[in-house]
Amino acid sequence: MTDTIAIDVRKAVKRYGDFTALQPISLSIHDNEFFTLLGPSGCGKTTLLRMIAGFEDVTEGEIFLFGDEIKTLPPHKRPVNTVFQNYALFPHLTILQNVMFGVEMQGKPKSEAKARAGEMLELVQLSQFAHRKPSQLSGGQQQRVALARALAPQPKVLLLDEPLSALDLKLRQAMRFELKEIQRETGITFIFVTHDQEEALTMSDRIAVMSAGRLQQLGNAQDIYERPHNMFVADFIGETNLLEVSVDAIQDKRAICHLGGGHELTCDAVDNIGIGSKVHMSLRPERLFLSDDPTESESLAGTIRENIFVGTDIQTLVTLENGPQMTIRTSNSDRGNKRIFEPGTPVYVNMEMGAGRLLVD
Amino acid sequence: MAAGASSGGSAKSDTYAEARNWLLLPSWIVIGIFVLIPVILMLIYSFLTKEFRGGVIWEFSLAAYDQFFFDRGLFGDSPPVIEWTYINIFWRSIWQAGLATLLSLAIGFPTAYFIATRPEKIRPAWVFLITIPYWVNLLIRTVSMKFLLRDQGPLNDFLLSIGVISDPIHIVNTNFAVQLGLFYSYLPFMVLPIYASVERYNFALSEAAADLYATKWVTLRRVLLPAVKPGVIAGCILVFVPSLGSFLAPDLLGGARNFMIGSLIEEQFKGNAGNWPFGAAASMILLSMVLVILMIFARQQAKANKGDA
Repeated sequence: MTDTIAIDVRKAVKRYGDFTALQPISLSIHDNEFFTLLGPSGCGKTTLLRMIAGFEDVTEGEIFLFGDEIKTLPPHKRPVNTVFQNYALFPHLTILQNVMFGVEMQGKPKSEAKARAGEMLELVQLSQFAHRKPSQLSGGQQQRVALARALAPQPKVLLLDEPLSALDLKLRQAMRFELKEIQRETGITFIFVTHDQEEALTMSDRIAVMSAGRLQQLGNAQDIYERPHNMFVADFIGETNLLEVSVDAIQDKRAICHLGGGHELTCDAVDNIGIGSKVHMSLRPERLFLSDDPTESESLAGTIRENIFVGTDIQTLVTLENGPQMTIRTSNSDRGNKRIFEPGTPVYVNMEMGAGRLLVD
Repeated sequence: MAAGASSGGSAKSDTYAEARNWLLLPSWIVIGIFVLIPVILMLIYSFLTKEFRGGVIWEFSLAAYDQFFFDRGLFGDSPPVIEWTYINIFWRSIWQAGLATLLSLAIGFPTAYFIATRPEKIRPAWVFLITIPYWVNLLIRTVSMKFLLRDQGPLNDFLLSIGVISDPIHIVNTNFAVQLGLFYSYLPFMVLPIYASVERYNFALSEAAADLYATKWVTLRRVLLPAVKPGVIAGCILVFVPSLGSFLAPDLLGGARNFMIGSLIEEQFKGNAGNWPFGAAASMILLSMVLVILMIFARQQAKANKGDA
């Protein structure tokens, strides 16, 4: 990642008639960055990507590509390329011809296009399929052809529209790594659209979490996971316990909150949440642990309801005394040190300092 | 156990196959009665001797084919020279039908594309509009067309009144009128198959092409057209073949000078002046030509599909 701005979106808005698909959004994406637009379907992430590619008009605002305003350019004049969700490979052309297409259209001689396409196919390890038709390749191979085709014309920015969503889990995980590797090798700015938070967290330099046409939070994976700005982000990224609390007092930048059943908790105060507010507190299940005694300064009394084995972890459901239910994750690798509590056992849910986080709705 | 299961399965599929054959029987009967028998009848007639008041004498003769290709003088005893009259009529028919097909393609393709890119809900309404003229008999439509195009007709009146022309333009009895008639008669056969294939077209391919720096024109030529080629070929065949054998439009709009095969054949079977074996021979020649053209298309189609299998 460098300081140069590759894509600068300034107060861009997209409206279809009365419906606003994208509320005013501003983003600066750095050169060389692996940038992800993350959100559920209908959140406006694909719309924004298509506006950058030129397939959707920009209703209001501006989009700059390395300092040049591009919103009036038709798609074929924008030096960006797209990897489409369902690949959109040309069915009547061979793999090689598909990859050559963009380079030829740039007005380069055929020999150069061929050489370039050959390099790209090597990069995605598909050289031996150069003379096949797309329908003769598997989904994962087609996906890599789509990637090679989009990279061949050496775009300034590569746009990827849910490129892994059609693949099965194992392949998807392998491709994540491969994509990241290719991005590092080529040094091209990637803008990656996905609804899969795991994909976003593992690959991205920075993530823009979107919902309902709005940017909810922008930051690196750790920021977004550990310091979510609002309920939506905390709930959408990873798993969390969301407890309804009211803020009783604020002392030394610590908020003292209580939740139903007379339980009390403190956590870091947040600027825009004052005394008396009724808000939510997020507690990540892996930052909680169980014991017979209240070992930490922060602990809540409850009863074990159920243990669920989920492979790498054991998920324990605990019902707080006169209060809500919580989920606690215990890594299976720690099992030697930690007790498994039988259902019905009274326990204390303990939490590390800084585990709790207050959220605006 | 496994063998038993598999033999049971194949027995079942045999019954299905048998049922399928029985279900196909009605279509075989219809094809047999209405296609094969008439064609065989024509083939036989073309090798018989003509009766002067129409009809045939059951006596083998190559006279009909001989008459088509060779001129042996008034009394039939001069050395044979190639007879160009009928070959020219054939050639002109191919030419006319070809031009009408190109004209239909030029107008039909954009029309089909337009319909296929409308919102899904209103597409059937557009298709319906295209078929409306077909509710009126072709003869009536062709006569009305003649009326529209004639020297004192509404088209010339209109052009005269707005001052584009100072004398009526003669359209009726020209090649152009014939092409216009053929184009008008068969346009929907061009629009509908192209529409069907454009509707199935994945428009993301056009986006991908634009994304890869292709202009609209290049996208049309290198991505859209190859993808909808089967529809285009089907449309061309559906317009070309009936145009080639058409006799209404050339008769009514073309006059005597713009005679086509269809009219030539029609005359051989009309009234008492006809020559049935000659008409049958001309039909057989036309049929074999059409078959050759279809085979060329079919072979190309098969070649194009090979890679996609």
